[in-house]
Amino acid sequence: MTSPHPASTASPATRVLGVVCLAGMAVLVFLAFVASPKDAVQGDLVRLLYIHPALAWTAYLACFVAFGASIQHLRRRTQGSDVLAHAAVEVGTVLTALTLATGSIWGRPTWGVYWVWDARLTSTAMLFLLLLGYLAIQRIDAPPQVRSRRAAIVGVLLVPNVILVHQSVEWWRTLHQDATLARRDFDFATSDLFMFTLVFSVVVMTLVFVWLLMHRFRVGWLELQADEVWLDEAIDARRAEGAVT
Amino acid sequence: MLRDALLVAGKDLRIEWRSRVATNQILPVALMILLLFGFALDPDSPVLDRATPGLFWVAVLVVAVLAVERSFSLEAGDGVRDALRLSGLDPAGVFLGKFLALAAQLAAVQVVLIVGVVLLFGRDLAGLPLLVATGLAANAGIAAAGTLYGVLAAGLRVRETLLPLLLLPVLAPVLIAATRAMEHALDGAPADGWPWFNLLAVFALTYTGFGTLAFGPLLEDS
Repeated sequence: MTSPHPASTASPATRVLGVVCLAGMAVLVFLAFVASPKDAVQGDLVRLLYIHPALAWTAYLACFVAFGASIQHLRRRTQGSDVLAHAAVEVGTVLTALTLATGSIWGRPTWGVYWVWDARLTSTAMLFLLLLGYLAIQRIDAPPQVRSRRAAIVGVLLVPNVILVHQSVEWWRTLHQDATLARRDFDFATSDLFMFTLVFSVVVMTLVFVWLLMHRFRVGWLELQADEVWLDEAIDARRAEGAVT
Repeated sequence: MLRDALLVAGKDLRIEWRSRVATNQILPVALMILLLFGFALDPDSPVLDRATPGLFWVAVLVVAVLAVERSFSLEAGDGVRDALRLSGLDPAGVFLGKFLALAAQLAAVQVVLIVGVVLLFGRDLAGLPLLVATGLAANAGIAAAGTLYGVLAAGLRVRETLLPLLLLPVLAPVLIAATRAMEHALDGAPADGWPWFNLLAVFALTYTGFGTLAFGPLLEDS
């Protein structure tokens, strides 16, 4: 971001990271669809597990980044922390939606239903709605400082809210049902390759998340600057008009 | 701080008493929701009987959203928010005051709804201590979270639509816990319901604490 009007949000570092992400994705696709065998119990369905837990992990990671950045914004009131929280929530919302979608696709053949009222699923769905609430408050028509402050309060409350929802749903379901369907019935030790692919998918998705976050952060930062540039240009134009007459 | 809280609560309740918006508009809406549930679920079927605690608390939540909106629209006009900021009242006191006024109104709504449940749905009340404790704790939780999210949405053009989106997901644990506690109370097994009361109490304390801390900067800004 050295030039005032950069043509892209990339920097040498993110270019390298992007190439690493692409290569990692290619290897992951190979591992998931070609190299790894079918599961004894789940068959081809097991391949969804090479993406679903990784998505869920990055979605939660995004929330913690937003949580930390929001605290930082409330303490120091820096613009950067607000832009970072906004970027993390935006990427996190997409990841949460993908987590729910891939989970349902996996759940339908495995459990026979798209949805079970299990603590993890329900609190992830609630998290999705809470993130939408955060994005809604980032779009309100208020002065930037007011918007940032209100968004930061919502951001700080994200994590406690999800913990409260998770705890209450867990109690509710365990008090009313003997066992949830969420117990996964496969043996991790059966395949080393399975385990490796699973861990590898988490690493790759984390890198993709960092890459997306950096680009989204820079877009947000440029948006801020564009607002200021627009204001400066408008003021200059008015001044020029004044000088002519 | 406590004196400021009582001043603000007194102001809000006096306005409600004189304007009659809570009694003439919000309470009838609460009753209407009970009637709607009666229409939707055949009142002669056992479904309505079994679903009563859930319906009761859904009605409370919907009415709570209306009450929170009302509580902050009181200060929308005539620069009242600026006046409140300039008044030198402790922001924590303002939070507690609005919280108390809201809790008092919600308590009135709950009493009317409970009478409605007894009369319209034919439910007998049982486990009264648990019922009252649940009502109070849930009330405190809803009022505290409502006041906090209410000020976040206050003064915006999109407040009517933003508030439910922000508030209802947050209140989900209250709905779960209060419904279970009420179920146990009405089924005559209050011992199973008390853990849910504890959850409600934790929720109420969390939000009252956070609201007291966060209200200052929010009031300054808006």
